[in-house]
Amino acid sequence: MIAIAPVRKKLLVHASQAHAFAVFTRDMSKWWPATHSILKSPQKECVLEPRIGGRWYAVGEDGSTCQTGYVIDWNPPHSLVLAWQLSAAWEFDPKLITEVEVRFIAESADLTRVELEHRHLERMGEAAAAARNAVDSPRGWGAIMDSFKQCAEKGGGLS
Amino acid sequence: MAYQTALIALGDPTRQRVFEELRAGPQSVGRLAAKLPVSRPAVSQHLAVLKKAGLVGDRADGTRRVYFIDPQGLAPIRIWLDQFWEVALTAFQAEVESKAGAS
Repeated sequence: MIAIAPVRKKLLVHASQAHAFAVFTRDMSKWWPATHSILKSPQKECVLEPRIGGRWYAVGEDGSTCQTGYVIDWNPPHSLVLAWQLSAAWEFDPKLITEVEVRFIAESADLTRVELEHRHLERMGEAAAAARNAVDSPRGWGAIMDSFKQCAEKGGGLS
Repeated sequence: MAYQTALIALGDPTRQRVFEELRAGPQSVGRLAAKLPVSRPAVSQHLAVLKKAGLVGDRADGTRRVYFIDPQGLAPIRIWLDQFWEVALTAFQAEVESKAGAS
């Protein structure tokens, strides 16, 4: 299996460590991109049950739910590790476990460094053949590459 | 910053073309340069950036070095997730800072 580099993100937020952790976990519904839901109806909630083994799932306006993964490690307000179980085809796959670790480091009372690492992406390899077939479809990676390119050309993001 | 590496790597139109050319299969710097309106050293530099961003790999092929996109098609997935987290964390940051101190 070919290993690929984890996705890593870092940002500074003007908030306490405890508040940053709470918003990330308890208030996930308020910021999780609704456009990226795998639900068939519009996303109403994104829920993270606050304990090891807790489920991570989305709830649609019609009451349907879709699991994203579960809580592997829970260490408030310092860190958490989530299992991301969405395949490259953007479907829940209980056999697939990629890890998302998020660390909250207090720089001061009201400044927190947030570091995110999404790793073991090579485990998505099983689904990669399907993804590769989707690359050239209008709604597949080609379209994603287009939106990605637009984002890149704008200078992309968080800074 | 590290998170911008992949974004910047494909933000350049020539680099995007180098990456697209590699979709046809592993190729040497010389062969890529022959297809593109840029010099070999320029192609080498673009490949170095793409490699650093984790989008392409390289290997020895006799006396040459050939470059390739991850054959399992995982590079686009990684790019996609990179962009996804960019969007998600920007929204997270806005939410955290809108209510800072209100917890």
